[in-house]
Amino acid sequence: MTDFSTPPPSPSSAVRRVAFPPNWPTRVACIALALYVVYACSILEISRERLMAGFAHGARFVSRMFPPNFAPDKLELLYAGMLESLQIAIIATAVGVLLSLPLGLTAARNLSPLPLAWTARALIVLFRTFHPVIIAILFVKAVGFGALAGVLALIVASLGFLSKLVAEAVEEMSMQQVEAVRATGAPFLSLVIMGVLPQVMARFIGFSAYQLDSNLRNSALVGLVGGGGIGATLFTAFQRFDYDFVLTIVLAIIALVMVGELLSGWMRRVFQ
Amino acid sequence: MITAASPASAHLRRWQRFTLAQRVWRSVFYLLALVAIVWSLRSIEIIPEFLYDAPQQTVDLFERMWPIDWAWYPKVVHGALIETLHTATLGTILAVAMASLVAIMVARNITRSVVLNSIGRFILVATRSVHAMIWALFFVAVFGPGALAGTLAIAMHSIGFTGKFLSEAIEEAKPGPIEALVAAGAPPLAVLLKGYWPQVKPAFLSISVFRWDINVRESAVLGLVGGGGLGMALDTALSNLYWDEAGLVLFVIFVVVMVAEIVTALMRSRII
Repeated sequence: MTDFSTPPPSPSSAVRRVAFPPNWPTRVACIALALYVVYACSILEISRERLMAGFAHGARFVSRMFPPNFAPDKLELLYAGMLESLQIAIIATAVGVLLSLPLGLTAARNLSPLPLAWTARALIVLFRTFHPVIIAILFVKAVGFGALAGVLALIVASLGFLSKLVAEAVEEMSMQQVEAVRATGAPFLSLVIMGVLPQVMARFIGFSAYQLDSNLRNSALVGLVGGGGIGATLFTAFQRFDYDFVLTIVLAIIALVMVGELLSGWMRRVFQ
Repeated sequence: MITAASPASAHLRRWQRFTLAQRVWRSVFYLLALVAIVWSLRSIEIIPEFLYDAPQQTVDLFERMWPIDWAWYPKVVHGALIETLHTATLGTILAVAMASLVAIMVARNITRSVVLNSIGRFILVATRSVHAMIWALFFVAVFGPGALAGTLAIAMHSIGFTGKFLSEAIEEAKPGPIEALVAAGAPPLAVLLKGYWPQVKPAFLSISVFRWDINVRESAVLGLVGGGGLGMALDTALSNLYWDEAGLVLFVIFVVVMVAEIVTALMRSRII
């Protein structure tokens, strides 16, 4: 049979084109990745024996978690812990939202004098870099165990996140309206209320809804290091090898996280 | 025209920014928020004596951390830092490997079974809802304290996030090349590697790098519950009351998180 569509390549000169040539960069990357995995496992002292022993242990562990414990005294503990987590999240979000506006405005380079703005920015970076749990452990050392440490830690975390976004939103807004208000001779506070806030409020509410969601998640964590709430209950249950109660708490935390997602979705819809 | 038609109703028609439903829902939201805040403030268990000297105690804490004692770095902190970085990286690799499988299961254009899609989606939601620290508690109970537990915790928690975005990227892949491969009689694995992979690759890399950045932050915390790395060093320093060492660990965490953020930004700008 003769191929009419393409002239037959002269066997001497043309190099045959391969449809799917071997992709050497990707292959090398895969080999490097595999080598890294082996190296990292040796550094972290991960070995097959340890994994096997762990899996055997894990099966026993999982079997002890089922069925989840719904005894009345446990449910009471669970209820108290969840309530405290909820309170921590609500207070931290409220205070965080209130304080993040002034901090965010201070950090905006188009509104506040530069030295002040850079100081505020440095503070925000400091707040944002540390995980809420690390801030929580510091506050536990500073003000003692309990809900106060958790609230303070989540306030700091909320401030870091919200102020940064407020500062960005303020820097992106139109200055014309601000100048119009300024031209009337308005004092600074009126300038902020009439010129700045209307421009950033819609986005700010969206950020706040996200922060509420995130604080609900983190309120379950701060307790692990002594910050109060359901995390403390969870940690105690782990220490007492109360694994069936652990499962109950984890299910409750998952429910809390989902409620948080629904709530922040609702909040965003209400304010579009 | 309007005045001629009905002069009485014309001046009654007032312009309003929001519809009635919007205003009602907003008022409901404000009322609920107020009730929630008042309820939380009144019922949260905060010992007022702790609150009064909280600022003083916090300042005192940081005073004790200063000056940082660099002598700890070669002794304890360097090893912990390396462990944290490997935990984050290995955890991310493991997560991406597992998430790819789940993402293929979730993507409706590859897996044409509603049951399998839903199972995959459930895995994504379930792994994401449990925070890495809670996963770490589980794995510490199973494998014992150390970097192995931390790595697995990071991996499990990251599946949800990476899997979700990967499955979205797969679903956005153009069907043309895939149909061509199928028509040519390519086996399923070849369709995945030569049809989907080239289209998904940029998203895959940027998702992995983005998750690595988050995981560096998280893996610095896991040690507080026994997951190894910098968190463990911080926990030891704090419980031994070696404040200058704790200050050093905090400083190292700060630097690592900042460097990870910069590296990620650079890599993303090169990939995209």
